[in-house]
Amino acid sequence: MAARYGLRVVGLGYLAVLLVAPVGLVFWRTFEHGFSPAWHAVTTHDARHAFWLTILIALIAVPANTVFGVALALAIVRRRFPGKGLVNAVVDLPLALSPVVVGLALLLLYGRLGWFGPFLERHAIHVVYALPSMILATIFVSLPFVVREVVPVLREIGTEQEQAASTLGASSFQTLVRITLPAIRWAIAYGVVLTTARCLGEFGAVSVVSGHLVGRTETATLYVQDQFEGFDLTGAYAASVLLALIAIGTLVAMNAFRPKEETR
Amino acid sequence: MKAISVIAAAGVAAGLLLTSAGAATKGGSISLVAYSTPKDAYAQLIPAFQKTKAGKGVSFTQSYGASGDQAQAVVNGLHADVVAFSLEPDVTTLVKAHLVSPSWNRNRWHGMVTRSVVVFVLRNGNPKHIRDWSDLVKPGVQVVTPNPFTSGGARWNVMAAYGALRREGKSDKQAIAYLNKLFHHVVSQDKSAREALQTFLSGRGDVMLAYENEAILAQRKNQPVYYLIPKSTIRIENPVAVTTGASPAARAFVAFLHSAKGQTIFGRNGYRPVLRSVVKKFDYPVRPWLFTIQKLGGWAKVEKRFFDPKSGIMAKIEAGLGK
Amino acid sequence: MASNAAAAAVVGSPRPLRVRAPVAQGLATMYLGFVVLLPLAALVWRSTRAGGHGFWAAVSAPEAVAALRLTLVAAVIVAAINAVMGTVLAWVLVRDRFVGQGVVNALIDLPFALPTIVAGLTLVALYGPRSPVGVSVAFTRGAVVLALLFVTLPFVVRTVQPTLLELDVEMEEAAASLGAGRLTVFRRIVLPNLVPAILSGVALAYARAIGEFGSVVLITGNLPFKTEVSSVYIYGQIQSGAPGTAAAVSVLLLAISLAVLLLIGAVRRWAWRHGS
Repeated sequence: MAARYGLRVVGLGYLAVLLVAPVGLVFWRTFEHGFSPAWHAVTTHDARHAFWLTILIALIAVPANTVFGVALALAIVRRRFPGKGLVNAVVDLPLALSPVVVGLALLLLYGRLGWFGPFLERHAIHVVYALPSMILATIFVSLPFVVREVVPVLREIGTEQEQAASTLGASSFQTLVRITLPAIRWAIAYGVVLTTARCLGEFGAVSVVSGHLVGRTETATLYVQDQFEGFDLTGAYAASVLLALIAIGTLVAMNAFRPKEETR
Repeated sequence: MKAISVIAAAGVAAGLLLTSAGAATKGGSISLVAYSTPKDAYAQLIPAFQKTKAGKGVSFTQSYGASGDQAQAVVNGLHADVVAFSLEPDVTTLVKAHLVSPSWNRNRWHGMVTRSVVVFVLRNGNPKHIRDWSDLVKPGVQVVTPNPFTSGGARWNVMAAYGALRREGKSDKQAIAYLNKLFHHVVSQDKSAREALQTFLSGRGDVMLAYENEAILAQRKNQPVYYLIPKSTIRIENPVAVTTGASPAARAFVAFLHSAKGQTIFGRNGYRPVLRSVVKKFDYPVRPWLFTIQKLGGWAKVEKRFFDPKSGIMAKIEAGLGK
Repeated sequence: MASNAAAAAVVGSPRPLRVRAPVAQGLATMYLGFVVLLPLAALVWRSTRAGGHGFWAAVSAPEAVAALRLTLVAAVIVAAINAVMGTVLAWVLVRDRFVGQGVVNALIDLPFALPTIVAGLTLVALYGPRSPVGVSVAFTRGAVVLALLFVTLPFVVRTVQPTLLELDVEMEEAAASLGAGRLTVFRRIVLPNLVPAILSGVALAYARAIGEFGSVVLITGNLPFKTEVSSVYIYGQIQSGAPGTAAAVSVLLLAISLAVLLLIGAVRRWAWRHGS
């Protein structure tokens, strides 16, 4: 009995000290002087643009990674082709890379002195220090999630139903839409939630490639840093709280869609 | 699957192209890339410029960051029409990259747009009684300064310290030894001057080396600090330049920055104007032992000797800090 | 089954399953190549442009070495703490019952969902210079460990939870009824089954910790040779116009990360074989 309570205290205490207290403090500091200052801080022109930009990037990155993620998962599980093991490993690579390194790699590719630099400059196409590189960075770091969630489920359900459909005359497209996708839809949903969370929270990679153009290439996370450095703690805290609320919303979704075997 | 994939690919490509096209600039817009501290000043300068005839309808994008970082970003492709940096070598970086004409500073101000001095920012009450450079290396004194390899402000700080000791009569060797001692008292090296001020204001350190205008800004924002100008300090000069291929509006903007109106706005924001007629309007204290970077050999020499990332004096001092 | 009925309802001449798939698969692989491989190729190329000599010079620079040492040591400490606390938390969430357990369970994912810069901000607020409880770890190496613990919290918990759920409690009860103490039961019966899961979580936590940037950047002061981690060093090198150096250190960091992941994977497979 004592051991049980002891463990509970230790575990919950750890959570409280490490997680709950810091986040709680920021919430408290934000609303210390009432709801109004916080609201004003988060609805300035720059703040609204920053959040809008974050959402825009996510609106492009998440569907892209979902569609291609499912395609990759199908290829990895169902197909045989040379280099399959490599594809599998490459998909996981973004998890092992520091986001700063992702930003650097993009600079080396699309920057003025990079591989495509001269070409892009000649055609006045702005990739780095503009939106496209931020989208690419976000796609990079959030790529693995849908694939990793769908692959095990695909493996588990096997190909029997799809084969049955095929012998009954279904085209591959029909099989995909009517059989495969519905079978993996919860895995996709969970993967989408994880991808979205990662997109909204991206900081390091976009910090390197954004150029910090005020009101232009600042995402919500960059905005938080900018406010913090500009002595505007209220602004930084308010934007953080808004991001935290979005994160909590993501948490709820994560727990709703989590594969049932993982938690009770 | 194929159809969906093709559509998705097209969507991503379209998204990327559309967003990149939107960023291209034509005449009537100015991209300002500046160091970290004058953000508030430009917040007033830009609307004032837009009220003039030359500035009517001109739109701005602005980027602020550590001076060295910003110069490097422009080299890497950050689009800039007007660059405003903390010190001349950062413009020289762009000249070397053929982004700024070598004749950028051939005007009566030698390319500079504002002046300042290095000051000590202290906590209210100055509990450690810091008055002069020698007080910075007393036991227990903690100093805040940005990292000299990314921040222009930090380089001014270093040269102020070195120059002050030379001005007092110390030899080159002794002055460098002082620098070494000083950096052993440094407790935080942020990327930019603005970040360093943030660190100091959050409670770290006893004294911060900063631009006078940063100190004035902090006071205006009701931060519990005050500053004092040491008897011997360096005159800071901040350059502004137009890039090659910049819009005509960019030149008009730079001209505005040098005009009486522009210089007055700078003056009100804590910067010392370069325009003599405007200097008289403000009462920035003059220091008896003020020296310039020219007296220390000029930035070209100083950059190489002190701030070369491999062989510079500061690189050796920083390496020695790890021991 | 509903889906079989759906399949049976489709009319049309039989077509082989594979005809269109290779195109989709090709597009998907190209996407992967364009998004991930191409930038990495540029990175590796740039890191070796100055030759092996240049690469070595870049990674053996004193500041780079100091940053790497701090990064690796901090990651090991954090992995070890996570191995213990992650298991404790998983245990509390699976084997215990208390009010609000569901909320606590959901909270575990917060460090994953929260942007790293926000995480850093919350830590600075409570454990930084303006701390309301007077505790400040800012500008110390402890701050590095603190930030990394925050962001790696979910990993071990989430890999151990499913394994704990699957464990057959009967064996533990049998051992207990034979007189084994609780600790012995844990050590001999439960733990060996958990080790592979713990190691999986540790691998994820370690990979995350090595590359962490946003949360350490605000609270550590980024002092060269003292509290500067590799990701911050790389950032500094990019900003100082030394992309070659940055690339070299990045490639080394990635290589170490992959090597450790492979190692942990191998140990995990060994433990799995010899565990149950």
